[in-house]
Amino acid sequence: MSIFEYNGSALVAMVGKNCFAIASDRRLGVQLQTIATDFQRISKIHDKLFIGLAGLATDAQTLFQRLVFRHKLYQLREERDMKPETFASLVSAILYEKRFGPYFTQPVIAGLGDDDKPFICTMDAIGAKELAKDFVVAGTASESLYGACEAMFKPDMEAEELFETISQALLSSVDRDCLSGWGGHVYVVTPTEVKERILKGRMD
Amino acid sequence: MGPDFRVLVRKSRKQAEQYHRLYKEPIPVTQLVREVAAVMQEFTQSGGVRPFGVSLLVAGFDDNGPQLYQVDPSGSYFSWKASAMGKNVSNAKTFLEKRYTDDMELDDAVHTAILTLKEGFEGQISAKNIEIGIIGADKKFRVLTPAEIDDYLGEVE
Repeated sequence: MSIFEYNGSALVAMVGKNCFAIASDRRLGVQLQTIATDFQRISKIHDKLFIGLAGLATDAQTLFQRLVFRHKLYQLREERDMKPETFASLVSAILYEKRFGPYFTQPVIAGLGDDDKPFICTMDAIGAKELAKDFVVAGTASESLYGACEAMFKPDMEAEELFETISQALLSSVDRDCLSGWGGHVYVVTPTEVKERILKGRMD
Repeated sequence: MGPDFRVLVRKSRKQAEQYHRLYKEPIPVTQLVREVAAVMQEFTQSGGVRPFGVSLLVAGFDDNGPQLYQVDPSGSYFSWKASAMGKNVSNAKTFLEKRYTDDMELDDAVHTAILTLKEGFEGQISAKNIEIGIIGADKKFRVLTPAEIDDYLGEVE
């Protein structure tokens, strides 16, 4: 049993037209037992930057706390928010620091950069960055997610259509994975607003 | 003092590279100045060391445009649009107050700098006894060659 499959998770982020969406499942399990059905896997760093952490839940929480800490200090020193690309480099560096005793998490970073250009990326547990122009996935349901996203994704979708697409991709993928599911949590971010929505899916 | 300056330059270069390694972005001028100033302040408070015998003028070009900072041995730093240090500093600053304008081109700025330097210069000013460094919107720092300095000096005369 892999340590990455201990808690179960599903994460996906997609790029739209001047917007992005990031979605996760809501299950927190301990192997076969479901412990919580409202687990927060995606967190806000600032209004235009979100990070989702798949994998071992304890490492995800700790890593998130460390990243918020670093970002707050950055904000105080530089008197500005971090750009998503900069943040991704920071996460990569922090993960690699623990190269020989890593955080067992896979981050998915999504944000609006300069001129509100959407940015998404993912990386492995030791910080190998993977930039993508369309979508990125992570978690125990990642294989299904790859398939669903590849089939459903279209470039330059508006916010509403993007929401529909990412929700369908997430729900259909987690249904094929016993370790993730119990609903969905979707954030659709445009330059003007952040829309947070809960999805009702198969509760098993 | 030259050797003190070299220590600070080494330290700042390392800080700039460390920043880049972490964020894959060039360090903003304010951040570098802050870190150098922190080092200089440390040496006014630690035991068995003495303060750095240098004042620094730090000039750079980042996302906020061109910036100029002065850092004193105490570790306090000030942002300037134009500044002078060392010999003849008060005359030089008065001269700059009259000559400086916000919308100067780089060439004008170099001229003004040479004129300011000339004010308190002992002996004949030439390409062999002054140094000029420039940084423009291309964000590349460059020290002018003696030939280029001669060109500017020629225009000044």
